Amino acid sequence: MAENVWILGISMTRFGKHRDKDTLDLGSEAAIGAMRDAGVGIGDIGVLAAGNLIGGNGFGQLLQKQIGQTGIPVYNVANACATGATALRVVVMAIKSGEVDTGMAVGVEKLSGAGLLTGNARREEGGHWVRDGRYGAVAPLDGRIGTETMPGVFAQIGMEYAHRYGGADFELFARISEKNHAHSTLNPMAAYQKRLTLDEIMNDVMIAYPNTRPMCSANCDGAAAAVLVSETKLRTLSLEQQRRAVKISASVLTSDPWTDGCQVLPDINTLTRRAAATAYEQAGVGPGDLDLVELHDCFATAELVHYDNLGLCEPGGAVDFFRSGAPWRDGSTPVNVSGGLQSKGHPVSATGIANVWEVATHLRGEAGDRQIEGARVGLAHVIGLGSACGVHVLEKAAA
Amino acid sequence: MQRVPLVDYLVLDDEPHLVAAECTGCGARYFDRRSACASCGELDFRSADVPTEGELTTFTIVQFAAEGVEVPFVAGVVDCGGTSVKGNVVNTPPDPEHVTLGMRVRLTTVPVGTDAAGTEAVGYGFEPVP
Ligand SMILES: [Zn+2]
Repeated sequence: MAENVWILGISMTRFGKHRDKDTLDLGSEAAIGAMRDAGVGIGDIGVLAAGNLIGGNGFGQLLQKQIGQTGIPVYNVANACATGATALRVVVMAIKSGEVDTGMAVGVEKLSGAGLLTGNARREEGGHWVRDGRYGAVAPLDGRIGTETMPGVFAQIGMEYAHRYGGADFELFARISEKNHAHSTLNPMAAYQKRLTLDEIMNDVMIAYPNTRPMCSANCDGAAAAVLVSETKLRTLSLEQQRRAVKISASVLTSDPWTDGCQVLPDINTLTRRAAATAYEQAGVGPGDLDLVELHDCFATAELVHYDNLGLCEPGGAVDFFRSGAPWRDGSTPVNVSGGLQSKGHPVSATGIANVWEVATHLRGEAGDRQIEGARVGLAHVIGLGSACGVHVLEKAAA
Repeated sequence: MQRVPLVDYLVLDDEPHLVAAECTGCGARYFDRRSACASCGELDFRSADVPTEGELTTFTIVQFAAEGVEVPFVAGVVDCGGTSVKGNVVNTPPDPEHVTLGMRVRLTTVPVGTDAAGTEAVGYGFEPVP
């Protein structure tokens, strides 16, 4: 039986616009914060997994020059929006393998003002048609054969669910966004903390129907980091460290298995369902045991399908689940009490660790005004398009 | 005038249609060049004509896109007799009153442009079946 792995320390920077801090400042702040929270120093860290997509190559080594060059192995990881969760998973695997007893995962991104994340701008056309790429295309396909914009891709994913099961329309998707923006008002770490009315959300700028601007994740700057230890190591530490430690009951990463539909529109459902099923089995808990869930609401249309994918409702029952009030913070399964990516923000590589921070903070009873009382078990989920899905189930330490 | 298809899988004859590479092992269909079947690993493919009419199973109306991409436009997926096809919905106003989930659509050609040699590139889209 492999070792259990625990979160000893975890930290995130505030998400938002950090004009005076670069990628390394933000990464350092999160890493040093996580080590302080854990009560360890850089000399205790046996492995570092580092994620950053925009800043260029070798981010982990550049970060070491800021927080301590101890010669430990660095894994620079990249898995789209699941990069942070992948970094965490690398450290979990390293500890489970028995190679190290303590490791750190860091994710950071500077995305303020990045605008729409999409395909390439079209170059000037002219000259002669030349067939290019694996479709033999003579011109860029974005906008000519479907869309490559993220809001458009995820809009179709939500509309596909609406077509299959009925009951979901523009207003329902907007109400999901209304919930997350309402939740954000209690989260001082969120990039936006403004409560928006349903009318304000529906009448805002349309990006890709049915997603208006506030229904899209917010590009912003931020970082998050976590220090993990083996259970054997944890038992040698102080009672206070043991009391605040959070157990990683499941750590799962999946990619797309082949499905017919995913050849033309990404299928974010199948790999999430598989990751969730594996995670529940590993943790020995079911969806009904979850006191809170942070799921990947990169767009309001995505949140709906993940209620179903994570088994929070009966198959096909996501609309009824939402309408029952279940995912509101006072409901039976609070979802995205942080405000979610739509208001907390989505600095891509930080996201998969920051959502673990949110769940861990509630399990520790340290979430302040937005604390979910008595939280004992929670789940954090991310999707990176392509695709990669990370699911972590966390449990409070036994008293 | 010379014409070229926007993509290899569009056939521009008297009745324009799409052609998929179909796995000889499991029947999975692809529109791009594949090294092996992503479903079963088979190396051999045969070409298969895709029905030109189908049902719109999802769509979005894109209002913001990369520089140079004309908006708004409707992007969607059409179930053409069991094969999922990506494409734009054309020849109808791009709004949720005219474009609806489950609507019947059929393949049509769409002009892309003409190059310096006078060759016209032709793409495809799906239009509502009256
Ligand atoms: Zn096959």
